[in-house]
Amino acid sequence: MANSPEVVTQKYTAKDFTSDQDVRWCPGCGDYSILAQVQRTFPDLIQTNKEKIVWVSGIGCSSRFPYYMNTYGFHGIHGRAAIIATGVKVANPDLSVWVATGDGDLLSIGGNHFIHACRKNIDLKVLLFNNRIYGLTKGQYSPTSEKGKVTKTTPFGSVDYPFNPLSLALGSDATFVARSIDRNPKHMQEMIKRVGQHKGFALLEIFQNCNIFNDGAFELLTEKDTKDDHVLVLEHGKPMVFGKNQDKGIKLDGAHPIVVDISNGKYSKDDLWVHDEFSDAPVHAMILAHLDDRPDLPSPIGVFRQYSKETYDEGIRSQINRIIEKKGKGDLEKVLFGSNTWEVS
Amino acid sequence: MSEIKEKDFRVLTSVTVRFAGDSGDGMQLTGSQFSDTTAFIGNDLNTLPDYPAEIRAPAGTIYGVSGFQLSFGSDDVNTPGDLPDVLVAMNPAALRKNLKELKRGGVLIVNSDAFDQKNLKLANYETNPLEDDSLSGYELHQVPISSLTANSLEGLPLSPKEVARCKNFFALGLMYWLYDRPLKNTEDWIKDKFRNKAEYVEANTKALQAGHKFGEMTEVFTTRYKVEAAKLPKGTYRNISGNEATALGFLTASVKSGIPLFLGSYPITPASEILQYLSSYKNFGVKTVQAEDEIAGITSAIGAAFAGNLALTTTSGPGLSLKAEAIGLAVMTELPIVIVNVQRGGPSTGLPTKTEQADLLQAIYGRNGEAPACVIAARTPRDCFYMAIEASRIALKYMTPVILLTDGYLGNGSEPWRIPHVDELPDISVKFRTDPERFYPYLRNDNLARPWAIPGTPGLEHRIGGLEKADVYGTVNYDPDNHDRMVKLRTEKVKRIANDIPDLEVDGEDHGDLLVLGWGSTYGSIKDAVIKARRSGLKLSQAHLRYLNPMPKNTGQVLKNFKTILIPEINLGQLAHLVRSEFLIPVEQLNLVRGLPLKVNDILEKINSLLGGGNGK
Repeated sequence: MANSPEVVTQKYTAKDFTSDQDVRWCPGCGDYSILAQVQRTFPDLIQTNKEKIVWVSGIGCSSRFPYYMNTYGFHGIHGRAAIIATGVKVANPDLSVWVATGDGDLLSIGGNHFIHACRKNIDLKVLLFNNRIYGLTKGQYSPTSEKGKVTKTTPFGSVDYPFNPLSLALGSDATFVARSIDRNPKHMQEMIKRVGQHKGFALLEIFQNCNIFNDGAFELLTEKDTKDDHVLVLEHGKPMVFGKNQDKGIKLDGAHPIVVDISNGKYSKDDLWVHDEFSDAPVHAMILAHLDDRPDLPSPIGVFRQYSKETYDEGIRSQINRIIEKKGKGDLEKVLFGSNTWEVS
Repeated sequence: MSEIKEKDFRVLTSVTVRFAGDSGDGMQLTGSQFSDTTAFIGNDLNTLPDYPAEIRAPAGTIYGVSGFQLSFGSDDVNTPGDLPDVLVAMNPAALRKNLKELKRGGVLIVNSDAFDQKNLKLANYETNPLEDDSLSGYELHQVPISSLTANSLEGLPLSPKEVARCKNFFALGLMYWLYDRPLKNTEDWIKDKFRNKAEYVEANTKALQAGHKFGEMTEVFTTRYKVEAAKLPKGTYRNISGNEATALGFLTASVKSGIPLFLGSYPITPASEILQYLSSYKNFGVKTVQAEDEIAGITSAIGAAFAGNLALTTTSGPGLSLKAEAIGLAVMTELPIVIVNVQRGGPSTGLPTKTEQADLLQAIYGRNGEAPACVIAARTPRDCFYMAIEASRIALKYMTPVILLTDGYLGNGSEPWRIPHVDELPDISVKFRTDPERFYPYLRNDNLARPWAIPGTPGLEHRIGGLEKADVYGTVNYDPDNHDRMVKLRTEKVKRIANDIPDLEVDGEDHGDLLVLGWGSTYGSIKDAVIKARRSGLKLSQAHLRYLNPMPKNTGQVLKNFKTILIPEINLGQLAHLVRSEFLIPVEQLNLVRGLPLKVNDILEKINSLLGGGNGK
C-alpha cells in the first residue's frame, strides 16, 4: 500500500466500528444482538489497522450486516458471500475477512460454496445467523427449518429434513466449528473472539430469533425457566454438565451420548464425557453436533472442534514464493518469445 | 537411390491438409506438430482442430473420428481452408466422415491396415472402398501404416499396444517428406515430451523417420510438393493458438498495469486451456483459483477485483449464462473484471467442441435490469492477445466488467504471430485511490469511472454491493430519481468508451455497392472471400468490428456509404439485429450454424448473388 498505516495510540472502541447508516432490522430482531456483540468484541480483537477488516455478505436480513460496520464491506448476491470473500482473501491474504450470512444464504443457494470453503480451509470468519426461516422474503421455510414446519410455502407442514450446519461443516473438514445464541451476549462475545483468533475456515452458528416469522424458535434455549436444562455449555477439558442445578451430565456409552443424573450418587462428574475441542478426529464433535436430533438431549454451545492446517490463501502464496525462488521472477519478454520461434528478415 | 532425384518437386502457393483418425490415434498431436514445423519454416498458416466431445469414443466408430485441418502457404493464409487438398485417413470411419469434403482429384492417403472387416462394418462400408472403384476420383495412396510402423520398431521393448500408438508419427514423417519439411522440430519435441521414457523417445523418433524414409524409398509417391516461405513482415515469430494468446494477453496486462492477476474459473470446453496456461505463470504472481462452479469463478473474481487485483474469469456459453447475475453485480459495484467467453455451439450443452458466434446478444443484453457491459471480440488467434490486453485496459480505466468474446475455432486454432516486444505494448498503469480527503465511493472522474479504493487503505473504509447506490455517496438508496440517474450514468459510462477505441477501418473503397461486415472469427473467411471476389472483377469492401458494445463512433457513417451491407455470421443474425436497430438500415444476412467456421465459398456465393452480374466489370 502507498500509505503506511498510522500508528494507533488509542484503542478502538465499539463506536469506531459503527457506520453512519441507520440499522434497519425489525425491532426485537436477534440480529441487533449479533451486531452489538461484534462491535463490542472488535476493539479487543483488532488493536490496529482496522482498514484491513472486510465484511462480506450475501442476501437476506443477515446480509445487511456490512452496511452497519465501519469497515470495508461488500454486500454480494444471494449465496455467494463465502466465495466473494474467498476472492478478497486470496487477492490480499493480509486482510481479515469476515462473512455475515443466513441459513438460506449459506446452506441453500450458497451450499456449494460453503462446503468448498470448508474443504479448502480458506481463512474466513463466518457468522451464520440461523433463524430457521426465510425472513427477508417474509416467512418461507428454510433448509434448517424442522420437518413439519408450517410456513407460507408449506401450509400443511414441510416434508423435508433440515440440514445440521455444524455437522455439514465438520463433515467438510472445517477447522473451526462453534455455536452461540443471540440471547447470551457474553458467550457470543467469547465465541467471536475465538473466531477472530482462529487461522483458517471458522464457522460460528448463532441461533438467532426472528421475532416476526419464527418467533420463539429457540425459546427453550433462551428462556430463564428452560434454558439451563436445554443448553449444554461446552468448555474444553471440562466434563459436560448442565441443568438448572448443575445436576445433569452427558455420558458416552460407546458412541451414544446419554443423560445421567449426578445428584443421586449413582454417577459423578468423573463418569462424564470430557470435552476436547482439539480432538484429532471429528467424531466426537460430530456426536455433539447431533445432540440436537434428540429431544431428551441438550443443545451444545461453544467450540465443537478446532484444529489447524495450512490455509488455502497461504498455500497459494507460499506456492508462488516457492516457484519464484526456484525459477526466478517471471520475465514477460522471455515468456512471449517462448522456445519455438523463428526469424523472418 | 537415384530414383529419389527423379521425383518431381511441384511448387504450390497453398495447401489444405486434413488429418483424420480415431480420437485415440493422436490426430490433434499430429496436426499441431505439422503446424508448428510448417510455421517454423516460414509458411503462413491457419488451423482448425475438429474433435468430438467424447474423449475416447469406441475405436473405429464414425462419431469417434477426430480431425485436424490446416491450410498453409506462401501467401497470406486467413482460414483453415474450405475443402482439403489432402486427406490422411487412419481408418475407414475417418474416410467415411471426411471423404465428401476432399476436393475432387485430391490426394488421399489411407492406412490400409485399418481397412479390415470389423472397421469397415463400424464405418458402414459394405464393400472395401480400397478395393472397389469408389475412390477412383482421387489420387489414392494405400500405405500399410500400422504394419510399417511395427516393422520399424521391431526389437524395441514395447507392447503391441504401445507400438500401435506410434503410427501417427509414421504418418507425420511421411507428410513431412511429401511436403518437404524437416523432422528436427518434432524430434526435439519428442525428446522433451518423453524425457523420462527413453524407450518412447526412441520408438516415436524411429516411427517418424521410418515414415519419412518410406516416402523416399517407395514408388507410391511420384511427386513431392514445395510451399515456399511466406513473405511475412520482418520479426521474430511463433505459432500461437487463440487460447494461449488470450492467456499471454492477460499476463501482459498484469505486468503492464503492475497489478497482480487473479483468475477464478471452472474448467469448460473449449476455454479450459486459458486456465491451464495461466496456472503455469505462478512466478509472475498469477493467482488461479479453480473454483467449485462457474458462479464461484466469477464471484471470486469480483471479490479479487474489490481487493485490487486484475481479476478475470474464463468460460464458454453455458458458463456465461451461469455468470449472468454476477456480471450484473460487477456492473452495479462498478468493479473492473474481464469475462472471457470462448463461444461454442449452443444452446444448452450444445456442441462443446465446435465453434459458434451465438452468444453476442447474451453478452450485450443477457442480464436482469439495465446492465451495460463493454463487449469486445477477437478476430484471429493472435488477435486474442491484443484484445485480452484491451479488455483489461478498458475494465481498469472505466471500472466496468468487459466481456471478451472468442470462440472454439479461435481458441484452438493457431497461426504465426510476429511477437511484439514488451516495450511496444501500451502502458495501462492504474492508480488506486489513497487520499481520504473528499473520498466518496461513487464520485466519478471525466470518464465517469468511480475511484478504486481497495481494502487495506486507511481512511477509505466504505461499503458497496448489489443494492442501488446513491449517486456520489454510494450508500443504499431507493429514491426514484437517483435510480433513474444511476441507470443512465452506468449506461453513459459504457457509451463513452467509444471515445477511446479505434475507428472502424474499411478495407477497400470507403463507399460503394457492397460492404461485408463481420465480427469475431469470421474475419479470415470474409477476407478471403472478398479477395476472391475482387479477383473476379467485383468491387466491394470489408469492415470487421472488434468492439461490439460500444461500437466505434464512425460505424454508422461507414455503413451509410454503402448501398448494401452483408453480415455473415455463425448465428441467426445477431450482429445484423444490432446494426438494424442501432442504425435503422436494412442489412443482408448469411447465416450458417454448423459448428464450423464459415467457408470462403459460401460467402463468395452470397457476394456473387448480391452483386448480380458483377459491378466492376
